[in-house]
Amino acid sequence: MSAHSKRLDVDQVHVFRGDRHVLQGVSLKLEAGEIVHVRGPNGTGKTTLLRVASGLLRPEQGSVRWGGRAIGEVRAEYQAALAYASHEPALKSDLTGLENLRFTVGLKRSVADAELREALEQAGVAGCADLPVRVLSAGQRRRVTMARILAMRAALWLLDEPFTNLDTVGGQLLTQMLDEHLRQGGSALVVAHQAVTLKASVRPLDLAA
Amino acid sequence: MSIGTGAALSLLLRRELCLSFRRPDQLLQPLVFFLIVTTLFPLALSPELTLLREMSPGVLWVAALLASLLSMDGLFRGDAEDGTLEQLALSGQSLGVVVVAKTFAHWLVSGAALVLVSPLVATALAIPVEAFPIMMLSLALGTLTLSWLGAIGAGLTVGLRRGSVLLSLIVLPLAMPLLIFGANATDRAIGGESAAGALYFLAALCVFTSSLAPLAATAALRITLE
Repeated sequence: MSAHSKRLDVDQVHVFRGDRHVLQGVSLKLEAGEIVHVRGPNGTGKTTLLRVASGLLRPEQGSVRWGGRAIGEVRAEYQAALAYASHEPALKSDLTGLENLRFTVGLKRSVADAELREALEQAGVAGCADLPVRVLSAGQRRRVTMARILAMRAALWLLDEPFTNLDTVGGQLLTQMLDEHLRQGGSALVVAHQAVTLKASVRPLDLAA
Repeated sequence: MSIGTGAALSLLLRRELCLSFRRPDQLLQPLVFFLIVTTLFPLALSPELTLLREMSPGVLWVAALLASLLSMDGLFRGDAEDGTLEQLALSGQSLGVVVVAKTFAHWLVSGAALVLVSPLVATALAIPVEAFPIMMLSLALGTLTLSWLGAIGAGLTVGLRRGSVLLSLIVLPLAMPLLIFGANATDRAIGGESAAGALYFLAALCVFTSSLAPLAATAALRITLE
């Protein structure tokens, strides 16, 4: 796959929520190996932008393209190349960490349990693989979602507040994960209140109120 | 390497069943409701066999209908609330596959389970053993149809905070033909007559909803996700 086919274009996107004009013509370009850090006060549509980029939310105006084609046309291909982490951990509390990964990563690509365990180990929660998510702490849950992102082996990461609930070590781990992902030619769109400091240059995108 | 639709369907089905069996209380709730309602009726009415036999198809079907509806509200709600529905929607599989797997799994743990315990209930309601096969077949077709109808209602109401009342209002009128023809089939089987007409009608409804309801439920769910 050429670098060009992994380019995300968000072009003049407008989203209305009732009477509110949440996104007012937001544009961004994300090439392979690049990261954009979406910043802004609460309620400026950061999460909305991420949902639009993922294809969950269709904008009233504007377009989102993957490799130059509208994401609606290349839906399956785009979703296979995409790892989305919402603000909620999106884990089933009755399933174990490993089962949670098996049933979400497994839908994207056929994956062996050993590989999922490895991802959990990389995220520092190998011990939580066989525990129901119910008994995990908020930080451990966040790490399980990090393992899910890793295991998806996606080209594009869309992360909504990924540093929430992580301890210092966890935050460093996530930074390393992002660095490694960019080094391998992946790209990322990150919504975060914290400063994101990486080896690669982080392009900021400020959403105003 | 993406996985095929068949593999995705089986994985999703396993996920649903796994989740159901981790919550035995929720799993057994409709079944217990069905058993309680149907066994209370003979106690409240009268133990007179002829009266009981006359009432039993109606009692059986009303109880089955309400028991299935009881668990319908949670079909998409849990996944929508904890954010896993978004993960499923972005999994690269079509949302339709997710809807089909979830609805079918719901039928397996509610409808099919209800069909399996129905002979027990039927004995309490003085339904003769000869009528069991027709009764079970009609219940199987009826509950499957109801699961599909319920999926549409659940998809429409999942975004609402108090959607369960609305869900009943949407689904119950659509379920009336099921109640009428289902009870009729059971009634005829008890009387030793041919129930073919009613069964064919139930089967037609089942095929109709199985083919169209996934489309409607998927469309409803997609609106909710936005």
